[in-house]
Amino acid sequence: MDAYMLDGNAVAGLLREVFAVEMTTATATCGECGAAGPVGALRVFRGAGIVMRCGRCDAAMVTIAEGDGRMCLGLPGVRMLQIAL
Amino acid sequence: MSPLISRGFSGRRDRGPDGRVPPGQYVTLDFPVLSAGPTPHTPLDQWDFSIVGEADEPRRWTWEEFLALPSEEVTVDIHCVTKWSKLDTVWRGVSVDVLLDGAGASAGFISAFCDGGYTTNLPRADVTGGRAWVAYAYDGQPLAPEHGGPARLLVPHLYFWKSAKWVRGLRLLEEDEPGFWERYGYHDRGDPWREQRYQGD
Amino acid sequence: MARAALPGRLSWRVADVVSVVRETPRTATITLDVPGWPGHLPGQHVDVRLTADDGYQAQRGYSIASVGDGTRLDLTVERLDDGEVSPYLTDGVRAGDQLEVRGPVGGWFVWEPALGGPLLLVAGGSGIVPLMAMLRARRAAADHVETRLLASWRGWDDVIYRDELARLAGDGLRVVHTLTRTRPPGWTGYARRVDAEMLAEVGPPPAARPLVYVCGPTPFVEAVAEGLVGLGHDPGAIRTERFGPTGG
Repeated sequence: MDAYMLDGNAVAGLLREVFAVEMTTATATCGECGAAGPVGALRVFRGAGIVMRCGRCDAAMVTIAEGDGRMCLGLPGVRMLQIAL
Repeated sequence: MSPLISRGFSGRRDRGPDGRVPPGQYVTLDFPVLSAGPTPHTPLDQWDFSIVGEADEPRRWTWEEFLALPSEEVTVDIHCVTKWSKLDTVWRGVSVDVLLDGAGASAGFISAFCDGGYTTNLPRADVTGGRAWVAYAYDGQPLAPEHGGPARLLVPHLYFWKSAKWVRGLRLLEEDEPGFWERYGYHDRGDPWREQRYQGD
Repeated sequence: MARAALPGRLSWRVADVVSVVRETPRTATITLDVPGWPGHLPGQHVDVRLTADDGYQAQRGYSIASVGDGTRLDLTVERLDDGEVSPYLTDGVRAGDQLEVRGPVGGWFVWEPALGGPLLLVAGGSGIVPLMAMLRARRAAADHVETRLLASWRGWDDVIYRDELARLAGDGLRVVHTLTRTRPPGWTGYARRVDAEMLAEVGPPPAARPLVYVCGPTPFVEAVAEGLVGLGHDPGAIRTERFGPTGG
């Protein structure tokens, strides 16, 4: 248990600024363990940037470093994102 | 649209004394907890610190051995890339000069590795010559887990993401190898006085 | 600025403060008018951004408490003692001021009548705000879906929306408060932190397959979610909104 952890909805606004659709309802598949679930249910940690981790295996799935008028979005642990059209 | 100024809002932070605080930073009196992942809880009897990689021979200390090394108390300013700076923070730790002590002389780069998998890279010159420590006490108390305890790297002249929490060792490298945040958008070196926050700055 | 004009892009817009109304000693509801507001779903939130004279910025997310069409929205904010943004919102802002907001956002922690039930809503303090939006939507739709609200507070004076919740109760909605620090004279309700036993007594059983929404400080949400899973509830049916170590 980590008192500082948040849910994926905490970064809903940030993601919505760059994606054309609401991303917390997209389904993300973890590249490490294969667990699939809503982006809203990923575990959010705020460090120098934001890290979104798999709820099952803690793998870093998404990284966000924002500043200087741009966002660096890493998807190191996302095998696939499924977005409703 | 330039941001709207909020009437009467000043936040908790200020720009600090002239020349003391790097550009774009604000002084804070609290100590924000920022982490890339969950707080690890390695029991001290399982903890060790190692020097590995391009070293003539690897070195390793248990917790007891580590505490027996010469240590020093330092008072430093720290600067986080998320724009807060904290002045006159007091730490106790072992100088990285003591830990490296001539190991792997041909290795110009370091990668710090940590419980939880976090890594960060630094030129060797940035962690030697009295510029870096492995710290285990903050403000006179054992370093709290949320702030990196039992021990964290402390490199105050660079942005604080380089001061890796829960550090377990240093890997000596002949070539630079980007660590976690360096791979995902942050600057390789991170000098706050030159505002080296992001890749390409 | 070109960025805001791109279709589909969501960015900061200016909201006018219409009113600030005290709810409890530590909370206030700020009513905003946001020209061009596209509407929002119960459970969604906005990000609020403040900028000081010297350019310093702070940003926090706040759940939307109100429902309905139109350009108005209510944010109920709890003042955190060592907060940087919340005291400004509860005690600094006044009608006529302007704030920057981004939203509405959040599509996962959302309930609307079409999703059905039964519902179990569990709130820790100001975690009740998004759940209140859900209850208001339920009422507006004259929906009688079986709903249980379990809310944890320090004391009776801290209960946000206390009278409105008492009026909403009935027609399939059961409201249960637990007071963890102080109780009014004659209090016969729960007087401790939410635990598995309380969840079992208040909530529908796992066999009823309820939709569960838990909101509040992170340690509260963790304890409740663990308790529910331990009772046999499906983890996939539990949606959480953690506020971090202290509050929202």
